Amino acid sequence: MFPAQKKMINAAFIVSLILLPYPLFSMHIMEGFLPPGWCIFWFTTSAPFILFGVISIKDRLKQSPKLKILLGLAGAYTFVLSSLKIPSLTGSSSHPTGVGLGAVLFGVGPMVVMGMIVLIFQALLLAHGGITTLGANIFSMAIVGPVVSWAVFIVLKKVRLSLELSAFLGIFLGSLATYFVTAIQLAMAFPDEHGGVMVSLIKFSGIFAVTQIPLSVSEGLLSVVIITLLKKYSREELSLLKVL
Amino acid sequence: MKSRKTTILIVSLLAGAFVISAFPLVVLKQSDFSGADSKAEQAILETDKTFKRWAEPLWTPPGPETETLLFTLQGAVGAGVVCYILGYLHGRSKKERGENDPD
Repeated sequence: MFPAQKKMINAAFIVSLILLPYPLFSMHIMEGFLPPGWCIFWFTTSAPFILFGVISIKDRLKQSPKLKILLGLAGAYTFVLSSLKIPSLTGSSSHPTGVGLGAVLFGVGPMVVMGMIVLIFQALLLAHGGITTLGANIFSMAIVGPVVSWAVFIVLKKVRLSLELSAFLGIFLGSLATYFVTAIQLAMAFPDEHGGVMVSLIKFSGIFAVTQIPLSVSEGLLSVVIITLLKKYSREELSLLKVL
Repeated sequence: MKSRKTTILIVSLLAGAFVISAFPLVVLKQSDFSGADSKAEQAILETDKTFKRWAEPLWTPPGPETETLLFTLQGAVGAGVVCYILGYLHGRSKKERGENDPD
């Protein structure tokens, strides 16, 4: 393939990411919509992280029981945000995940568990997401999202960006990452007959950029509100978490 | 002074989130902003015509009203806990400050 051709395909890919008319899923993969093999694959992939999450919560609370209250806050915040279906410019609604705040405060482990609890709740009571697709949804929302949020936050803090800005960017990118991973999961399970995984990815990510950017910005802004309040009223816990 | 700065920051962050979320409602007059689950179903069936949904949710809310109730409940319980904890922290820090320097 000539370089010019390659460039054109890349350009087409980016343009279609922006122009496709609608997002094809709302946050979580629905019950029964991943082939069984993929369900098992994602459960297996997520399992060690869940174990790691449970252990890390135990360790954290044993080390400093005072943090229990902030962990409760992070969990409850996840509940609130994932109940908010926010309208988007694509004419459909989607909800943020809310795991970014906890990831910034506690790191990845505890949020794997928190995210999983919310996913189980929504799968059982709201027919949103599903039990067969739980492994895949945990991987995108409760693992990749927090990993990205936390990593971006840590790096930006290292280069001396302010606490608020580092948190905002971390949470924003983590939220986008969750969406993108969901699209990748669907594309891998349902590659296009002719174009393969890439063409499917374009189809499944739909207008993901345009839909998710404003939503993720909102999530980032709301999370910084909580962080600002914590900075004021909960300095002791933030220092324990080495966030301040 | 510092407390005033914090208030301004919080109010502008909330205003920002509100404007971003409300913008589509103002711009797109025709849309009902429904969820996109059924579109995903379509896309999957288009890509793989032999695929059949192989599991159904164990329980589905009987209608949109009940679903709204449960979503609201989820948000309300969460918001209750978040605000309780923030209130607790606020009260605690006030007390600590009061003990250190009476002002």
